[in-house]
Amino acid sequence: MLETISHLALQQYWWLIISLLGAILVFLMFVQGGQTLIYTLGKTELERRLIINSLGRKWEFTFTTLVTFGGAFFASFPLFYSTSFGGAYWVWMIILFAFIIQAVSYEFRSKPNNFLGAKTYEIFLFINGALGTILLGIAVSTFFTGSEFSLNEMNFSKWEGAAYGLELALNLHNLSLGLAVFFLARVLGILYFMNNIDHPEIIARSKKQLIINAIPFLVFFLLFVIWLLFIDGFAYNSITKQVSMEPYKYLHNFIQMPVVLILFLIGVVLVLFGIGKSILKSCSNGIWFAGAGTILAVLSLFLVAGLNNTAFYPSTFNLQNSLTIENASSSKYTLTIMSYVSLMVPFVAAYIWFAWRSINNKKIDANEMSEDIHVY
Amino acid sequence: MIENVDMALVNWSRAQFALTAMYHWLFVPLTLGITFIIAFMETIYVKTGDPEWKRITKFWMTIFGINFAIGVATGIILEFEFGTNWSNYSWFVGDIFGAPLAIEGIMAFFLESTFIAIMFFGWNKVSKKFHLLSTWLVAFGSNLSALWILVANGWMQSPVGMHFNPDAARNEMLNFWEVFLSPIAINKFLHTITSGYVLAAIFVIGISAWYLIKGREQLLAKRSIVISSVFGLLSCLFLVYTGDGSAYQVAQKQPMKLAAMEGLYQGSKGAGIVVLGMPTPGKQYNDSKDEFVFKFEIPKLLSFLGYGDTEAFVPGVNDLINGGFEYTDKDGNTQLAISAEQKIEQGKISIAALREYKNAKQNNDPVKMEESLLTFKESFRYFGYGFLNDPGSIIPNVPLTFYSFHIMVGLGFYFILFFSLALFFVFVDKLESKKWFLRLSVLTIPLAYIASMSGWIVAEVGRQPWTIQDLLPTVAAVSQIDASAVQITFWLFMVIFTALLIAEIKIMTKQINIGPKEGGH
Ligand code: HDD
Ligand code: HEM
Ligand code: HEM
Repeated sequence: MLETISHLALQQYWWLIISLLGAILVFLMFVQGGQTLIYTLGKTELERRLIINSLGRKWEFTFTTLVTFGGAFFASFPLFYSTSFGGAYWVWMIILFAFIIQAVSYEFRSKPNNFLGAKTYEIFLFINGALGTILLGIAVSTFFTGSEFSLNEMNFSKWEGAAYGLELALNLHNLSLGLAVFFLARVLGILYFMNNIDHPEIIARSKKQLIINAIPFLVFFLLFVIWLLFIDGFAYNSITKQVSMEPYKYLHNFIQMPVVLILFLIGVVLVLFGIGKSILKSCSNGIWFAGAGTILAVLSLFLVAGLNNTAFYPSTFNLQNSLTIENASSSKYTLTIMSYVSLMVPFVAAYIWFAWRSINNKKIDANEMSEDIHVY
Repeated sequence: MIENVDMALVNWSRAQFALTAMYHWLFVPLTLGITFIIAFMETIYVKTGDPEWKRITKFWMTIFGINFAIGVATGIILEFEFGTNWSNYSWFVGDIFGAPLAIEGIMAFFLESTFIAIMFFGWNKVSKKFHLLSTWLVAFGSNLSALWILVANGWMQSPVGMHFNPDAARNEMLNFWEVFLSPIAINKFLHTITSGYVLAAIFVIGISAWYLIKGREQLLAKRSIVISSVFGLLSCLFLVYTGDGSAYQVAQKQPMKLAAMEGLYQGSKGAGIVVLGMPTPGKQYNDSKDEFVFKFEIPKLLSFLGYGDTEAFVPGVNDLINGGFEYTDKDGNTQLAISAEQKIEQGKISIAALREYKNAKQNNDPVKMEESLLTFKESFRYFGYGFLNDPGSIIPNVPLTFYSFHIMVGLGFYFILFFSLALFFVFVDKLESKKWFLRLSVLTIPLAYIASMSGWIVAEVGRQPWTIQDLLPTVAAVSQIDASAVQITFWLFMVIFTALLIAEIKIMTKQINIGPKEGGH
């Protein structure tokens, strides 16, 4: 059935899936954002416990999405996997370190005799929240700014910058997206708390922090988007496959793919609406608007990076080595197999939804911390 | 193609992968097995309604949670290390290798993490039946994640179901089912998960025995021992059986690994299995030292187990280097083995032909293209050897492989005895009075970890220098970065994983010391 689909269509389909996973991942980073606010919002031990337990029931989900994002990228675009991970070594390694220390922190923090002390695990959570978001933002931004790598005739890659990815953090455009993701994650974290925790002081502080974090988010995000619309982009010729610089490429992509533009605009409006509503009114459902908006906006940015004959992982060292969804993808056979596997995703999403609803039907409160269940 | 191989880079990358994989494997087997033990316990609780069973279930669940967290922490790094440290590998076989990793994420990890949340947080929120179902799904989920990663690993030991695409310069999948159902993958999966069951059973028995020694938690301890010794004994019998299956596969697909496992340099007809022995330290393949300082062997058994014929010829290390022996290939024809030197030559021809093909393609020279492609295809079988220079470099570390293998097998038989004794004492109701056995049970815990780790050393060290058997040696698979970068991350991992391990052990022992709380955790 799926065997009749063309290789190009499969490549586009898989770029869409990768984009969607990336978008969901950015939304789920509310866990990371929340982790950077433990001390800002929680002034007593009980308050911090509430916050950590509220996040603690979601972190695995973000983590697993990251792992699946990586696995799916590997399976569908292996050349990206080998080039980026093997080259921008330090960026990825630091991200990974940040996630290693997160995974144990929830479980170990409140256990007696935990060797490093509760405080250390809280610092781990903060590091994960800060580095994880900023560096992932930087890594995604290189889809538009490019990196210095080359490929040989075996398609074996080599990073030409001696800093193995650290240089990417010095690029202001990368940095602006990194910081935008960081503040967005904090905003989403706050909105999540307003939805999930039943504790008046935490909610009151959350409201104040919401404004404080929404402003830098908007500044960095606008900076990045405006810059994006005006720069030359990495385009390739659909017949010769030659890569060249095209003025206003990403602006053109938005215009030539109006659906993507509409998704993007709806996304931005929803994020603003979710934030605004939560600031102006006492409501707790802002996370749903801002979350959906985040998914749409990030999805459309990914689509602009990879579709419409655009090289999604450009090489500034040798333009012709740039990766496109056509030259970096898996074979038609593998993509077909993987597409069958992807048919299971709605099923997976359904049971996750069902399972969460069954244990999440009421807000977390102080009583629950002393109940007979697993608490962090 | 691969100019100036930096051996320091290769060695640090190998060390880093070995370090991170072994840390991961410290936590994985317990997860694989204890989830089932917990599920059995909870099933009994739901069936009988006895609150003591709930308390037992919850206690082991707490222990599981501590282990699980660090298993996850060490797992994420492995997945990405294929990209960060073995990037040439990731491209060369990513078309085949990526799929199981992605399927693992979609099918298994989400199952695991979603239902773990219900298992931990759902006691008072969902029905008993639904909670029990979640516990079972966690057990299946973790074993399902083992399936996919082991399929991937099995494929590296014996690549099947693919062809080389000279235009993209990579291997591409031709048949998913051949990859998925390859006998080496199936054996590997069964052997590995059952090794996890055995380890978890020993772990639970050992901790319970400690309570009995201390005279605490009698009921919990005895009930836990009953469940675990039955589960452990059955698993262990199956483990030995699948281990034999794995050894058979190794004999067929990786004769050099088999030779190293047995310390066999000079092959022979009717080869025996060394039950106990000490390989001569410092022995090289081309010197005249004896293979063993001493050995005790069962004659003809190796030939029989490896080839189903007591008189079959089993090649040793020297035979594999020098060639000249007869073997039956996969189509059933008798062939004369060529030497490692000839294989290296063939490999170099193959690599050169591929390069020629690429040049010809660039210059639009179809005649030359066809010609070089033909040469390439004829010699492709030995492609990977072309990256090597010294015939001796195809030999893995023989003593390490030999000892690991013998430790694993020896312990396998010991565990059968151990579980049988445990069951026997349970049945005659003498468990508390057999202090020596209780102490032995505690001491057996580390042995289970040793056996399990030895298994991976056999499998992974025994296949050196290949990352993918005969196709891609480690020198060609590695990412082209500075050795110093890998060196730094190696030490970072060492520090951080060791700190986390200490934390885990301290927390775990503390929780065991505290014991189950009333009404559980
Ligand atoms: C036979 C079993 C087995 C083997 C050989 C491996 N793993 Fe593993 N892995 C598991 C069995 C497992 C598990 C039982 O499913 C874990 C361990 C503890 C846990 O919490 O889940 C897990 C966790 C785990 C995680 C975290 C998953 C999450 O988000 O929950 C990742 C990313 C990996 N593994 C990846 C790997 C890779 C890339 C391996 C190969 C080099 C590998 N594992 C070997
Ligand atoms: C969790 C159990 C595992 C353990 C304990 C383990 C152990 C090791 C060890 C000790 C090495 C270093 C060998 C050497 O360089 O001498 C190694 C290398 C390696 N292993 Fe494993 N391994 C495990 C699972 C896997 C799996 C499941 C895969 C693949 C799916 C895998 C792929 C590799 C690769 C790519 C290397 C590096 C290249 C090489 O040295 O061949 N390992 N592993
Ligand atoms: C009589 C008993 C046993 C035999 C004959 C046996 C045989 C083998 C063989 C031949 C391999 C290498 C497979 C390969 O390289 O592909 C292996 C690997 C392994 N063994 Fe065993 N084994 C036995 C007992 C055990 C025990 C008791 C444990 C642990 C509790 C264990 C754990 C492992 C593990 C984790 C691996 C690595 C995974 C794999 O390659 O399957 N084995 N075993």
